[in-house]
Amino acid sequence: MSGASSDYKSNNAIVNWIEYRLPVFSFLDSQLNKYPTPKNLNYFWNFGSLAGIILVIMIVSGITLAMNYAAIESAAFDSVDRIMRDVNFGWLIRYIHMNGAHFFFFIVYIHIFRGLYYGSYKAPREILWMVGIFILLAMMATAFMGYVLPWGQMSFWGATVITNLFSAFPLIGESVVEWLWGGFVVGNPTLNRFFALHYLLPFVIVGLVFVHLWALHMHHSNNPTGVEIKDEKEDTIPFHPYYTIKDMFGLGVFLIFFAFIVFYAPNYLGHPDNYVPANSLVTPSLIVPEWYFLPFYAILRAFTDEYFIYAWFLQWFMSAKLAGVIAMFASILVLLALPWLDRSRVRSSKYRPIYKVAFWVFAIDCVILGWVGGQPAEGVYVTITQWATFYYFFHLIILVPVIGVLERPKPLPSSIAASVKGSHAPQAAE
Amino acid sequence: MQMIKTLSAAVVVIGLAASAGSVHAAGKGPKAPAQDWSFQGIFGTYDQAALQRGFQVYKNVCAACHGLSRIAFRNLEDLGYNEDEIKAIASEYEVTDGPDEEGDMFDRTAIPADRWPSPFPNKQAAQSANGGAYPLDLSLITKARAGGGDSAIRVSMLQPTGFPIGADYVYGLLTGYLEEAPEGFEIADTQYYNKYFPGHAISMAPPLYEDAVEYADGTPATMSQMAHDVATFLTWTAEPELNERKNMGLKVILFLIVFTAMLYALKRKIWADLH
Repeated sequence: MSGASSDYKSNNAIVNWIEYRLPVFSFLDSQLNKYPTPKNLNYFWNFGSLAGIILVIMIVSGITLAMNYAAIESAAFDSVDRIMRDVNFGWLIRYIHMNGAHFFFFIVYIHIFRGLYYGSYKAPREILWMVGIFILLAMMATAFMGYVLPWGQMSFWGATVITNLFSAFPLIGESVVEWLWGGFVVGNPTLNRFFALHYLLPFVIVGLVFVHLWALHMHHSNNPTGVEIKDEKEDTIPFHPYYTIKDMFGLGVFLIFFAFIVFYAPNYLGHPDNYVPANSLVTPSLIVPEWYFLPFYAILRAFTDEYFIYAWFLQWFMSAKLAGVIAMFASILVLLALPWLDRSRVRSSKYRPIYKVAFWVFAIDCVILGWVGGQPAEGVYVTITQWATFYYFFHLIILVPVIGVLERPKPLPSSIAASVKGSHAPQAAE
Repeated sequence: MQMIKTLSAAVVVIGLAASAGSVHAAGKGPKAPAQDWSFQGIFGTYDQAALQRGFQVYKNVCAACHGLSRIAFRNLEDLGYNEDEIKAIASEYEVTDGPDEEGDMFDRTAIPADRWPSPFPNKQAAQSANGGAYPLDLSLITKARAGGGDSAIRVSMLQPTGFPIGADYVYGLLTGYLEEAPEGFEIADTQYYNKYFPGHAISMAPPLYEDAVEYADGTPATMSQMAHDVATFLTWTAEPELNERKNMGLKVILFLIVFTAMLYALKRKIWADLH
């Protein structure tokens, strides 16, 4: 790994003894302490470390919940209710875990959009970006299975709807669904395996996070100018104390928002139906996933027989349902190709006037998808869903490459240091 | 830079609003209007007198059909009853226990550790006694209806004009019966028209009437008084931790604000030599 050369020295004999055998101290010193970081990172760069911290919060609160939870069809709902009423501070642990999931996604989405805006996915950070997409996928699987565990109405019906998606695949679909369920309906085996996987996947995410950081530390953080580090002395500052304190401050701000929701509106982000025990005989009037899935849920539902993309291109090959399922997965997987779809060599939108506009339109499109995903699939909502879905793919597959080729970027600063000196200094450093 | 900040602030706001995407009123029909609750907002806590009155309404009216199986008699401590009073309340009830040494189930007087006995032994018995309709257990009802439990935020992207919380729904339901269904609305003989019930046709007969209970504290038992009290009580059964939660939240947030301000000052100081 690159970084500050390991000129680590200690006066402590025990530290030196360990260091000789396992160079953990020099490693931490070079990767956390002296680690050179661009001096011009803005507050959007706080969200990476925030995501890491909330992952830890989720794991700690999750393990303590697991100590009091029963993954049995007939007991799951009651065990969660018992956590809320009778376990010491059980309500606090559960509300932290429940709302932590919402904040985790919120933070990660900002982190991703920061990467999109400042072109952090471009060479040589393609693998860093791709590992990030895999983290997102693992998070989505974890969140989905975690939502099933309280075994409320929305848990049960969410699990039913989402697992049923796999039945869209021809020939093998039905068997795959039964294999996922471990039976012929969503039931005890489903709940039990979801619990096992919900406990496992966060540790897979931890592993992926380390790979993500490894790739990050190879070429260091991108920065708001998108210009690579040229002179370590001029362009960078050591991670500690500059970014440790800045990240701590960011964490403090985050925790204020988080605490507000946990203590004052703990069920605001949830669905009331999930306080009704699961009942396979009563279908909720509207089955909606959690907000962080809504854009993808909208893409899934956009594919009806009348949808023009389906009618023009796909109807001869597959059912509309299958097209929707594929589109939903594709909406995330297409991001893996983004480093190659974007032909522009300039990273930061600051110097890309056209892409910058397209970025914001895309961001608004994603918000529209999220909003419409929570609406009933009828009337004008269907039309909005379909056009917003079209634009989602149009942006990534058509606009991004075309703008990359045609756009004339603004002149880049000669270096990070020059950009800081060039602007109003105190603000740029923030 | 300034523009990015403004835009990012906008994104945060939109994002948070969008995040309430899953908050939905149950079913269609008019939303129950928001009432004034002692426990609403950041500083709101339960009004103990209202809780005790609401408990009386539950005990004398709702409990005939509706269970409260997640609540134990000992939980009534939160309502301000002392140990002896709770023992006395519990002793009014019989619970089934056992098996005894001969292997037989037996009935005994309830003790504070027992959960509230349900009015019917099982769902089938409840349905057959109520013309096929199933009177729900009410322990979690306010969290499971309308906008859910007490929330300090009452608007969302999907419901920008505001949404009712569970207590508003319970109040609306109890006071929302019409003598006659509006013209053209088909309704079965065993059902009643309710303004706020999803689908309007409800099997529960109007449960409250003026002076349905005689309040121990002498408060006149009007319809709206009883509905308000019992909705408060049922919010407590769903969220018994509310007082403790808000109290702790205030301390946590005040600490975080001070701590974060100190971190900011420290950040400024550490970064000062760069400028």
